[in-house]
Amino acid sequence: MISVTPVEHGAETPMRDAWGQNLVDLGGEFSSLVVLDGDLANSTKADVFAKALPERFFEMGIAEQNMLGVAAGFATVGFVPWVSTFAAFLAKRALDQIRVVIAQPGLNVKMCGSYSGILTGKTGKTHISVEDIAVFRCMPGVVTIAPADDLELRGAMRAMMHDDRPTYLRLTRDPGPTIFPADYEFAIGQAALLRDGGDIGIISTGVETIRALDAARQLAADGVEASVLHVPTIKPLDVEAVVAVAEKTGAIVTAEDHSILGGLGGAVAECLAEHRPTRMRRIGIRDVYGESAPNDAMLEKYRLSSRHIADAARALLGAGAGIGARA
Amino acid sequence: MTDTSTRSAAQRMSSEELARISMRARRLILQSIHDAGAGHIGGPLSVTDILVTLYFDTMNIRPDEPDWPGRDRCILSKGHSSIALYTVLALRGYFPVAEFATFDQLNSRLQGHPDMSKLPGLDMSTGSLGQGLSPGLGMGLGGRLKGEDFHTWVILGDGEIQEGQIWEAAFVAARYNLANVTAILDANGLPQFGWPHPAGYTRETPYDDPAAKFRAFGWHVVECDGHDHADLQRAFAASKAERSKPTCVVAHTVKGKGVSFMEGNYLWHAQVPADDDLTRAFAELRIEGEAQ
Repeated sequence: MISVTPVEHGAETPMRDAWGQNLVDLGGEFSSLVVLDGDLANSTKADVFAKALPERFFEMGIAEQNMLGVAAGFATVGFVPWVSTFAAFLAKRALDQIRVVIAQPGLNVKMCGSYSGILTGKTGKTHISVEDIAVFRCMPGVVTIAPADDLELRGAMRAMMHDDRPTYLRLTRDPGPTIFPADYEFAIGQAALLRDGGDIGIISTGVETIRALDAARQLAADGVEASVLHVPTIKPLDVEAVVAVAEKTGAIVTAEDHSILGGLGGAVAECLAEHRPTRMRRIGIRDVYGESAPNDAMLEKYRLSSRHIADAARALLGAGAGIGARA
Repeated sequence: MTDTSTRSAAQRMSSEELARISMRARRLILQSIHDAGAGHIGGPLSVTDILVTLYFDTMNIRPDEPDWPGRDRCILSKGHSSIALYTVLALRGYFPVAEFATFDQLNSRLQGHPDMSKLPGLDMSTGSLGQGLSPGLGMGLGGRLKGEDFHTWVILGDGEIQEGQIWEAAFVAARYNLANVTAILDANGLPQFGWPHPAGYTRETPYDDPAAKFRAFGWHVVECDGHDHADLQRAFAASKAERSKPTCVVAHTVKGKGVSFMEGNYLWHAQVPADDDLTRAFAELRIEGEAQ
């Protein structure tokens, strides 16, 4: 775990734009890097790479199962393929291909799921992915990463190029504020303590961390000091960091733009149940599929806003040690 | 190190030599399944001559250096015929034949379906049908990008091409003019279970013309007798000579080939031969002039 002081009022940068540019930068540095696309390059921003390094860009058409298999073949002949499509299609449409020719042989394929979570630009439940973290986390040997902002994404992608494990990288569509300072050093498996408070611990991943920080500020206004532990690598989990925050605060709220089943909330609950049983609430999608609506309306209906995180923290603190009010 | 990588035309194996190796391979396959008490029979016997021709004649490989980057690749997409691949690899010198005693046992390198993370010489893990052609495309695209001239051979079962992913791959291979990739279809015509039929039941596919299907996807197609080694050599040479398109070799085969009571009999898809079955089979799998 490292301690990081988050940037206040950072610039709004779309993660997908940063992803495309990072690929170009890394592609210039590593001649082994190739990019595979499933006819979505202008959405995922793989098109930036296609323009810059066309000889290493491979359009695979609307055929995700084949695309993941092709990536496995590339990996066996010395390339590091970066595959991108929407998270919903990557984690489910091509799941058996990922299992048999990537995860089981442990091939070095970087699987990038764009448009994850419920904020997908009014696409509806077919395109909303609420279970991708759970899917990848339970596959033996697959590293699972969900960065919070463009700056952390940059560090994550560089770390991935220096790591030879199959890896799932969870991306989102819409712009969000940069919260990490320029000198932040990302490491796979390392959580970042963004705020140090003793009353309650908020453990979050992906872009939901931005809302977790907002929630901590709201709580501070009420005199409640929250720790905020950002967990970009859901697997392997930074167990020491999670246990340390639980030790310090004695009450944990997890927050993620993902199902409460099997994602970060599940990972933290499993970890604490074994290492330090702690009262918990989980903020996330409560075992339902999404729908198409504006972002603010989605965050409200599916209870993912900073207010919902803060309310869960207050409810947990008010509930005492018993099994009391639900978040 | 002795360079076994390049074999000139003069050094190429005669079809008679290949036929003798196939005979040995078939006996080893039956013995292994008998001894292990589990495994597939029909598919391995239909693909034996294809594998023998590839590994003993066509492919540019170094058995003593299985990870040699310049080697031709082979993917057995119909992974349930693993015992045939293991047999040919062992006969070719990749690992000792004695290791067959471990087949399907705990901690064995010889898994029920090929596992590239365990056994050197396997170019891809397979077993979930329909998945082998796509990694072959990745190898072909990667080889081309690196400027290497190795060839990738992918062996498909005619049953597994019911999987949609095969046709996703067929579409993309033609789009990239992947002439360094060959799909070999082991067309034995016998799926495990088959289809309901008004008259009761049938193992015939509803419409069966794989050559026409691959041609329609933009592939170069060669048909051959999948048990005639000279014909297989001709088909594989025609495939390597084609420089603008991927090739599909439709190899017409017989499930259970080489043992009269197993040929064309779906019951031998995965039946374990009893002692007397083995004796009867070995009586048919004789090599002239060789002690039995």
